Amino acid sequence: MSQETIAIEDSSSLKKRLANAMKIQRRRALLLTMPLVIFLIISFVIPIGQLLWNSVYNPTVSNVVPNFAIAIQQWDGQGLPSEEVFETFVSDLVVAKKNREIGKTVGNLATRINYALPGSRSLFTSTARKANKISAPYKEGLIALNKKWSNPQLWLSLQRNAKDFTPAFYMAALDLKYDDQGNVVQADKLYQIYMNNFFKTFKLSALITFICMLLAYPIAYVLSTLPLRQSNLLMILVLLPFWTSLLVRTTSWMAILGTRGVANEVLVYLGIIAEDGRIQMIYNQTGTIVAMVHILLPFMILPLYSVMKTINPTYMKAAVSMGAKPSYALRKVYWPLTIPGLAAGSLLVFILAIGYYITPALVGGADGTLISNLIAGHIQKSLNWSLGAALATILLGAVLILYWLYNKLVGVDNIKFG
Amino acid sequence: MRLFKYEKSKSVLVFLAVTLLILLWSNQSGSITLAPAISFMVLFGIPLYFMKPMPIFTSGGDRLARYLFVAACSFIFIFLIAPILIIVPLSFNVEPYFTFTTGMLNFEASAFSLRWYEDIVRNGMMAPDAVTGWWSDMWNNAQWIRSARNSFFIATIAAFIATTLGTIAALGLSRPEMPYRALITSLLISPMIVPLVITATGMFFFYSDIGLAKTYTGVILAHATLGIPFVIITVTATLSGFDRSLIKASQSLGAHGWMTFRRVIMPLIMPGMISGGLFAFITSLDEVVAVIFIADVEQRTIPRQMFSGIREQISPTILAVATILVLISIALLTVMELLRRRSERMRGLTPG
Repeated sequence: MSQETIAIEDSSSLKKRLANAMKIQRRRALLLTMPLVIFLIISFVIPIGQLLWNSVYNPTVSNVVPNFAIAIQQWDGQGLPSEEVFETFVSDLVVAKKNREIGKTVGNLATRINYALPGSRSLFTSTARKANKISAPYKEGLIALNKKWSNPQLWLSLQRNAKDFTPAFYMAALDLKYDDQGNVVQADKLYQIYMNNFFKTFKLSALITFICMLLAYPIAYVLSTLPLRQSNLLMILVLLPFWTSLLVRTTSWMAILGTRGVANEVLVYLGIIAEDGRIQMIYNQTGTIVAMVHILLPFMILPLYSVMKTINPTYMKAAVSMGAKPSYALRKVYWPLTIPGLAAGSLLVFILAIGYYITPALVGGADGTLISNLIAGHIQKSLNWSLGAALATILLGAVLILYWLYNKLVGVDNIKFG
Repeated sequence: MRLFKYEKSKSVLVFLAVTLLILLWSNQSGSITLAPAISFMVLFGIPLYFMKPMPIFTSGGDRLARYLFVAACSFIFIFLIAPILIIVPLSFNVEPYFTFTTGMLNFEASAFSLRWYEDIVRNGMMAPDAVTGWWSDMWNNAQWIRSARNSFFIATIAAFIATTLGTIAALGLSRPEMPYRALITSLLISPMIVPLVITATGMFFFYSDIGLAKTYTGVILAHATLGIPFVIITVTATLSGFDRSLIKASQSLGAHGWMTFRRVIMPLIMPGMISGGLFAFITSLDEVVAVIFIADVEQRTIPRQMFSGIREQISPTILAVATILVLISIALLTVMELLRRRSERMRGLTPG
């Protein structure tokens, strides 16, 4: 009896000691990854987090006219705001006129409201110049200065933007806007550029993925079935483009596809097209598709190849020996076995394609540019950073969903190169 | 009759005969043109060259299917490699065009020149024809040389950071007792997945706030980040074939942690580390989006210079630079292949 208790005690303490030892081992393994995880959090996760923050954070109005931003929130949205609100607005404007700090000038306020109500930019700048001359009653004084101040839409828009956090940039990114009653409605057909661009990006990426699939399948098959010496030789033809600079490949597609490029010259020489009938193959969607298929093809071939390599050739022989025609055996035996590789390659190519920037920017022209180019345009040219950030967040969301799917289906540790 | 022993010889004869017929036919029609014959030879000759002899009992349909398959594969391989080969002759063009001139097609010596290669070193120099101080002028002022120096400087340090941190992390990830493995791996791979524009924009805002935008440090940090997934992927792949009992063996013989790492683990994962480092290096050498957003004129790299060159003034100098870059990738690819074979030999797999 007593012996049994000792045994139980012993085994439990052994368990404890083992658990402790395992804990130390786990902690050690985790500790090894920590330097890199911390590095990535600083150099990668925080920057992206800040970008997401920028897409909802909207401090302009409360920065430029802080007292007014608080006062306007009391307004119920009926008719025009009260005289006190007008007074704080004018006094804030007088103060703001003297402010030169970036992000806190009247110009910033004017730009911000101009996004919501196009054409209202000059209203703010001109009023700010004369704001110190306005005296009570402020409501009449302001309207006398410019009749646009009697427009309730303007005050509604100011009220909406006076909050520090706003869904406005996401609404703009989804082609939505507020109507006169303050309801969320779809923007006019003419202004629905962003959703259309998202659809175009998805459509082109799907097409590129599909073409890559068609081209990669036979290549991966050949590479996986040929004897090692020959397949290594052919593998170079896949790996060399993979290792060659993206800009080099884009440049050479410009040399090939241009109206005076190699492809057109050959077609003219062969008499397939006339001298004056040269085909426009670049600076449009065709250019984007051809160049991107070429650049992304190795990302489809390599996962397919590594899956096909593991398929035992005797499966096909067995199927044929039992009376299946080669085409039937291919469809019923080989094809199902390659689907994991196909899924891995397609997801990877699709994920990379929807975020592509350089190649569409160089060979896409106006028609063949993708959502990334639009985001870069907002960050670099139109300087509507918040809208750019909102578009980026939506794109990031789409990519992360696909990445999660990739993790589920393929497993992230199964990505291989060569 | 030995000639007809292989099916292929028969096909070759038929092929040549048809080519001859086409030539005769195009002669007959008045103007002598080689075009139809050449296109026929390219379209049918290339697959024929790669066809393997088939057993005598193969049916006609199977032959046709096989032929179409070989033809498709040949053209896909050509599609893959042609854009890379085509820029090499174009970079020797004497004319400032991106296309083959008649002279080039007739192999006239006067149609080729090295002027675009000269332009690489001369463009931006103060006095390209000066005798004294030419070298220092070139080293300090030539635009492409400056970009190349920036590129190699940034890529070397970024690859070093990525390889060091990446290898240590991969050692942790490949331990069987690693907790949250899937989560951490997906975090470490994500710089490859997240669209570059998003990464670059985020980095631009954040690095501007902390004063790293428009500095070498900022660009290096960005490039190290982008290189990390490649190091993780290659080194964990090497470690997955690693026999963990070797570690136990070394420990049982009295080696402590560092000794085991240096004498047992390190030599075995070295090929993976080097190829991961090369991957990070070439990723940085090729990266342009982060440079566009983060770097200033002073940190201009080769891809950045090419990007503005393509957008602003298209000059064949870009093709000359591209040719040099292709040579660099061939060199790196060769190193990678040698490393792969070495690693397979060390792990006792049959050499390729």
